[in-house]
Amino acid sequence: MPGKLKAKIVAGRHLPVMDRASDLTDAFVEVKFGNTTFKTDVFPKSLNPQWNSEWFKFEVDDEDLQDEPLQITVLDHDTYSANDAIGKVYIDIDPLLSCEAATVISGWLPIYDTIHGIRGEINVLVKVDLFNDLNRFRQSSCGVKFFCTTSIPRCYRVALVHGFVEELVVNEDPEYQWIDRIRTPRASNEARQRLISLMSGELQRKIGLKVLEMGGNAVVGYLQCFDLEGESGLVVRAIGTACTLDKLSPGTDSKEPVFSEDPPHSLSGPPTPLRTLPSSSPPPFSPSKPCSRQSSSSDTDLSLTPRIGKTSPASSPSPPLSAPFLIPTLKLTEFPIFTLTCFPPGFLVHVGGVVSTRSVKLLDRIHNPDEPETRDAWWEEIRQEIKSHAKALGCHAVVGYSESTSICEEVCILSASGTAAMLNPRFMREGCLDTGGSDHRLSRQPHPGMVGSERGEGEVSSTWLGFEDASPPSCGFVHIPYDEFNMPFPAQLTYCYHCRRQKVPDVLFTTIDLPAEAEVTGKGCLIQARLCRTKKKAQGEVNATSISNLLPFMEYELHTQLMNKLKLRSMNALFGLRIQISVGENMLLGLASATGVYLSALPAPGGIQIAGKTPSDLSYDQHISTMQKRIDDTIAKNKELYNIHPPECIEEVVGSPIPDRQRSSRLFRSTSESSDELSELDLSHGKKDAFVLEIDDTDAVEDIQSLLTDAPIPAGFYSCNTEVMPGIHNWTSGLQMFTSVRVYRLSNANLTNQGLNKIFTDLCENLLKSLYFKLRSMIPCCLCHLNFTVAVPEEELIQVRGHTYLSTPLLSWSGENEEQLQFSMEMCGESTISNNQPTAKPSAPSVDYGSFADRCSTWLELLRLKAHTIRRGSVKTISSSERCSPLPEGRSRSLRSTRSLPCGAPVTVVKMTPLSFLPGTRIVKYLGIINMFFIRETTSLREMNRKCLHFSEGGVSGFLHSFIAEVFAMVRAHVAALGGNALVSYSMKECVFMENPNKNQAQCLINVSGDAVIFIRESDQEAIPPLLTSRQTSSTGADGTT
Amino acid sequence: MSMELDVFVGNTTIMDMEVYQLWLDGLTVSDAVKVRMDEGALLECEANPEVLTSDTMDQFRTFQMCERLLHSPTKLGSQLLYQIPAQNQIILIERYYEFDSVFAREVLGKKLSKGTKKDLDDTSCKTGITLKSCRRQFDNFKRVFKVVEELKGPLVENIQRHFLLSDTLARDYAAIVFFANSRFETGKRKLQYLSFQDFAFCAGQLISYWTIGAMGAPTVPDSMMEDMDVDLEKEFLNELKDLKVLVNDKDMMDQHKILVCAALRGKIKVYKLMEVNFKNLSRALINLASKLTHTKDVRDLFIDLVEKFIEPCRYDRWTVAEITLFLTHYTNAAHCLGTFRHQMIWDRYMGVIKSCILQMYHE
Repeated sequence: MPGKLKAKIVAGRHLPVMDRASDLTDAFVEVKFGNTTFKTDVFPKSLNPQWNSEWFKFEVDDEDLQDEPLQITVLDHDTYSANDAIGKVYIDIDPLLSCEAATVISGWLPIYDTIHGIRGEINVLVKVDLFNDLNRFRQSSCGVKFFCTTSIPRCYRVALVHGFVEELVVNEDPEYQWIDRIRTPRASNEARQRLISLMSGELQRKIGLKVLEMGGNAVVGYLQCFDLEGESGLVVRAIGTACTLDKLSPGTDSKEPVFSEDPPHSLSGPPTPLRTLPSSSPPPFSPSKPCSRQSSSSDTDLSLTPRIGKTSPASSPSPPLSAPFLIPTLKLTEFPIFTLTCFPPGFLVHVGGVVSTRSVKLLDRIHNPDEPETRDAWWEEIRQEIKSHAKALGCHAVVGYSESTSICEEVCILSASGTAAMLNPRFMREGCLDTGGSDHRLSRQPHPGMVGSERGEGEVSSTWLGFEDASPPSCGFVHIPYDEFNMPFPAQLTYCYHCRRQKVPDVLFTTIDLPAEAEVTGKGCLIQARLCRTKKKAQGEVNATSISNLLPFMEYELHTQLMNKLKLRSMNALFGLRIQISVGENMLLGLASATGVYLSALPAPGGIQIAGKTPSDLSYDQHISTMQKRIDDTIAKNKELYNIHPPECIEEVVGSPIPDRQRSSRLFRSTSESSDELSELDLSHGKKDAFVLEIDDTDAVEDIQSLLTDAPIPAGFYSCNTEVMPGIHNWTSGLQMFTSVRVYRLSNANLTNQGLNKIFTDLCENLLKSLYFKLRSMIPCCLCHLNFTVAVPEEELIQVRGHTYLSTPLLSWSGENEEQLQFSMEMCGESTISNNQPTAKPSAPSVDYGSFADRCSTWLELLRLKAHTIRRGSVKTISSSERCSPLPEGRSRSLRSTRSLPCGAPVTVVKMTPLSFLPGTRIVKYLGIINMFFIRETTSLREMNRKCLHFSEGGVSGFLHSFIAEVFAMVRAHVAALGGNALVSYSMKECVFMENPNKNQAQCLINVSGDAVIFIRESDQEAIPPLLTSRQTSSTGADGTT
Repeated sequence: MSMELDVFVGNTTIMDMEVYQLWLDGLTVSDAVKVRMDEGALLECEANPEVLTSDTMDQFRTFQMCERLLHSPTKLGSQLLYQIPAQNQIILIERYYEFDSVFAREVLGKKLSKGTKKDLDDTSCKTGITLKSCRRQFDNFKRVFKVVEELKGPLVENIQRHFLLSDTLARDYAAIVFFANSRFETGKRKLQYLSFQDFAFCAGQLISYWTIGAMGAPTVPDSMMEDMDVDLEKEFLNELKDLKVLVNDKDMMDQHKILVCAALRGKIKVYKLMEVNFKNLSRALINLASKLTHTKDVRDLFIDLVEKFIEPCRYDRWTVAEITLFLTHYTNAAHCLGTFRHQMIWDRYMGVIKSCILQMYHE
């Protein structure tokens, strides 16, 4: 009985009127944990009851402490009939279980009802007394810290990185149980909320156990997802990176997370780190897997792995690995897969490229919740593939790894993607990466698919290592990790433009954030590829097969689009690439977002050359040349816009010889037909690598259309989907976060692929435009971490819809001489890569009808409220007055605004951001993970509609708007109750919206997560929230000097 | 293709104050979009009508959802649903409670009842203010009235405390509450020339000097129980009867006239007319005072002032300066009357009457 949970109910306020007669409420509270329930007295006739209860004490196992939420129910006492529930509060007490996180939960928390939304607030106090449990066989993992942040949390230092941890739990979905037919929607929703809360608690506990087993004490980059598989059940799965973290003392200046000086388990020979870089503990790798189409044979499994990142050939048969290559002692969890996207300097040695895998599965009912083997096996398979793709790129690790699913009816697409990389083994656990020594010999025989991991040895090795030591950190990571003579895919290599000694590819795609040390020319920008493909409606296996047949083409096209857009912007690398493919009943949506940058170390991208295949008549040629001119103009304009002016002098140096055979295969991607023309063009080496576009077929025309129709970003705006806007360094500390959700319904027209594409592109463009417009008063600003999610929610028979979440924090920054704001978007969804060449062009099946809707949600973080302060006086002149009165610095402005606040605002301001940090501030404490799941339902959609008629707007929007606002409010309240003032690494992982107008009903599920933190401003003291002074005396004292 | 759902939510609720004003003005989304287009919103950020409509709709929805909270502004600060920066909360509240004085003038002195609310479409037609906006303003009046009606303590402070309004706005609301409570007649044709500001000023005077709270709380601790500011002080109104002596006592009246004439001779152009009319004017003011014990006559205070005093003066083309001089000396002269004992009451009465007349004396 290792824990005592104590709860005290203090008071309520703003309660709803439950008794129409008296316009008052007789409220009391039930406090429940596990199977124990306590009640407060009834506080009669008040909307602001003061219970001031005793301490309710629960003596429980710490296992339960981790799994169960504390459940607080507020009820209205009724003498004659059953007591009416007003609403509930679920409190996750996990943050209280770690000594370094929060110590008490205390504050006003919204009382939530799944039908009515927030109904008043309740003030509670929750504490935990934990006794030490030294039992080796314990089932709990109290004390393991969890972070959503995908970098080493500030104020910690990493001693060791243990590697990948994953876990998955399944259950039946209460919504689909028989009992659901007879119970109320409320009961059903609450059962679901509670179940999911329990499941995520259990999941976290199990992952914690794995971490303890590995010897770690924290999980970083914790990513938890729900798969609502409908009839077949509910899956909660999570991945993360196990680490051993050391807390930095508050006194030390710890802006940058640092690796400890001497990693306890560091390898023997730090001077030659590469030597120890092994062919990373290879997974049981069955080469047959990628190519074997289980789809055709097996009845439930359709596994398809189109191809991977830049490793097209990876899917081509690679020689089987010999058995001794496997190291049986290593478990799957120890595969060097990392969910981190941001690394301490020196951690990342080389980056190979994006690796990704998709697999189409047919869902069947989960028969035994205790044995989630099927799902486990699915994911294991996928991770294996990712691993093998990484190997093909000559890398021993995958970083920036993420997993996702898209479910429509019984079909499920599982996706995983990451970036193949070589890591500095100093910080790895021995078992994980340092086993290389023994494998070297075995893996040395070169085989085409799996090159390079052992490149460290052999003839190349000496020079390589020499270079390695000398290679400056600003370019080292772009150097190819694979063998240039056995490249896993056709790419054009040149010598690094920075150090001139190592080979680099012409283009680099990654899923990670831009490393801080990378040298960038100009500024970055958001690049999106959008694609919509119709498919025939089908059932079961046929459906799954048709989807898996479509996937490769979609990836290919998305990749082509990305490539074209990248070239059009004169950039040569993509960071934070996320490719999401969503499946609907009669269409597939693909959305790829990334942040394009010009890496100084990579060669300048060539232009885009348009070629007509059949140069028949003059007008046609003319058409082509006009297009060519438009493209050239756009490129020139973009260079100006993004300030990309690579130094010219490099040219001569680059003339360095490149083996001829490289040259022949230089085109990274080319449509098969165009390859003939290529040779005619003068493409000596990467320099003038014109990218040839065929416009003979409609697809190519479409490509070009989409290239040129992308609206330019309005002046003063910048956008990216990574944490930091490349090329912009001075951020102001104000920031805002927004969510936007849109659903479109397609009319029942016969839509072709082109038509759909156009519509889809317009949706995304319009959403971006709306964002820009809404935030126009903040410019100059940058949208960071701009995040789109698309979905095609299933609905009745007729409709297929898509929805897009768009999450955008907006940050402001100041440039050298002008003041600017920065704004960025992140993609939260799943990603894949796109790169390879499918052999045939996708055929476009036509659909009989299709209607789909599309939804986008956006989170934007805006930095500063300056607009408001200035707005006060003269409404009309805001924007202009703002522009012409550039305040010298953020500080003076914020001082002004603080002063105008009425003192003693009772509600703590809680910031939310998808970024892992708040610009201009310092995070002094992590209070624990916030992971909340809410369901909201309305059965009076029509009434809402009527109420809103005045604005000629649907009630659905009102419903969702208030729900999202409520979710934000609850998240903020919980963060504040933990003593925090911000939520970082925030993400809305799930936002499922279902509407049934016939039943006058709508339902929405939202899952949000993030890390609750306490931050303090680096510049101005007065912004320190009051709670800080009491709680964090030591650290505020230290910070006072900054 | 149609937009089924379009929502934009920020962690910090972002509000465009221009759009807020359009919403407050009771415009529909499409009208608001038109107005914004005319103002050149499309020129910014390459917006198109679709973007503008979406933005307007979002904002309107946000305001509509916040409206409930604006009904009890103190809740806005403690609620958790919308994170609105404190300075924005202040603007939101202030703007929400701001009203068109044309509208307020129409409603002034009327009972804030459902009946009045039903007539609002007439008011809307007459003033050109949208019905929706009229309703909001009317409901605001009613809400403030209901809350403040039952409260003890100074009216303006109560309004400020419960509705977090600025001092100026709180004073205006105090006037509205005061008028609605005492149901002063303001609708007569002869009073039409008076603006809301005129009445608000007068109300301020009455509140400041003629109510129980006016004389300073310490002297009347028990009466803290009463609606200090909302009702005129009964005792004072009763005492006003004593002023009758100024017209009933012929000697005193004559002496009063002599004193005033002596002071004003040569100083005003209308001296002759004043001399002739003195008794009428004096009688008008004194009678007015003595009648104030009747609720009906209190309601007619302003129409009486206009009919009995302001109109005669206007007929005789008195200037404001002349009226000022006259009233000053008229008031002061009474102090020199040896037999007149009601100096305190007199000053209290005349101070207010004088400033009201001066405020009301215009075209």
